[in-house]
Amino acid sequence: MNAPRSSPLRSDTSPGPHEAVVGDPVAAQYLQGLADDALVYAQRLGEWISRAPQIEEDMALANVGLDLLGQARALLTRVGALDGTGRSEDDLAYFRDEREFRNVHLVEQERAGFGFEMARLLTFSTYQCELYAALCRSSDPVLSGVAEKALKEVTYHRDHATQWVVRLGDGTEESHRRMQEGLELTAPYVAELFDDDEVSRAAAEAGVGVLPSSLRDACTSHVTSVVEQATLAMPATPRWRARGGRDGIHSRPMGYLLAEMQHIARSHPGASW
Amino acid sequence: MTEAEVIVKSPVAQAISDIPDPEVPVVTIEDLGILRHLEVDDSSRRVLVTITPTYSGCPAMEAIEHRVVHEAARHGYTCSVETRLSPAWTTDWMSERGRQRLREFGIAPPEPGASARGSGPVALSLQVRQVECPQCGSTDTEELARFGSTACKALRRCRACREPFDEFKAI
Repeated sequence: MNAPRSSPLRSDTSPGPHEAVVGDPVAAQYLQGLADDALVYAQRLGEWISRAPQIEEDMALANVGLDLLGQARALLTRVGALDGTGRSEDDLAYFRDEREFRNVHLVEQERAGFGFEMARLLTFSTYQCELYAALCRSSDPVLSGVAEKALKEVTYHRDHATQWVVRLGDGTEESHRRMQEGLELTAPYVAELFDDDEVSRAAAEAGVGVLPSSLRDACTSHVTSVVEQATLAMPATPRWRARGGRDGIHSRPMGYLLAEMQHIARSHPGASW
Repeated sequence: MTEAEVIVKSPVAQAISDIPDPEVPVVTIEDLGILRHLEVDDSSRRVLVTITPTYSGCPAMEAIEHRVVHEAARHGYTCSVETRLSPAWTTDWMSERGRQRLREFGIAPPEPGASARGSGPVALSLQVRQVECPQCGSTDTEELARFGSTACKALRRCRACREPFDEFKAI
């Protein structure tokens, strides 16, 4: 990642991600949650390269990850402007510690079977579709621009996941079993996506963000319709559920993920290539 | 230039408009609709350029930006490049010349009318679309993979001539 070149000469256009803004800590924290979700999931999806069931799927998951990484870069750059620290996307991606990441637990979980990945991608891309559709109306011009752009991308991701969930669920006995297993593994991590917290409430109030809980019904309804089409069953309410990611409380895999993602930048500070 | 403005078309403006896309070098950044705004100020020898990515994570953006700055410098201009996300790029901005060149290169151009369909969440697209084979012109083609060699392409195969080919995804 390299910081985008600034262009101080343009004053007649909408603010770009580079434009410094007077501090808005609530907006910064809200955007950071969205950015960290995208960044961390991009890192997980990249792990599929050379490990997917087909080479086409290596490409697909890498491309989905690339879209998410692009979204994360634009959002993190904005976070660095909004929080008044002037940190670059690289500073934020590589030099924050675990407790400073605001992503949900769903995206940090270790890569498991392909069925789990498709269940996770269906859940997350459905959430992102609803989220970005709403954020096209954000009062933050950078966030609304990212949302407008990203909406096209995540709609395609959702379509991709949907095709696989239906194909595996409505496939052989074995593929059905594994796809159902993937849904069950995902279940404890779904509720956290729709938790309102102080930051999202304040961001929604200010017109910057949306209340996560307001997205729940549309998401559940979409995922349910796909699951039914796939002849699968929606998992029962899980006995435990993940929480705390937005407050920087993460699960065991997160530290390992960050170690892998950050170690080169930290071993060679300031290196470029 | 499709929907972008050209204030002054000078040699430097022409050189920037003619920059080839790093991934699909048969089309220019103007053909693709990546170049959104180009303004040349001869008195201060400055060029202002606005570009937009095809996809958020498009890795070609930095190469394009460097090339724009380089072309400006070659003509004795300093250059500011702004990357703008909104309005979001659509394949509808691609010029007819660009579509023709893609076809000749063996890439099926995107279907027109993508932006009219809206960018909101759409119904599942499990149905079969008709895409023409750039090799033989047959519409008897099938999708092999929804994600191709770059973020902006999908992979298809022609059932008539049996050749695989890339399709520029309409967004």
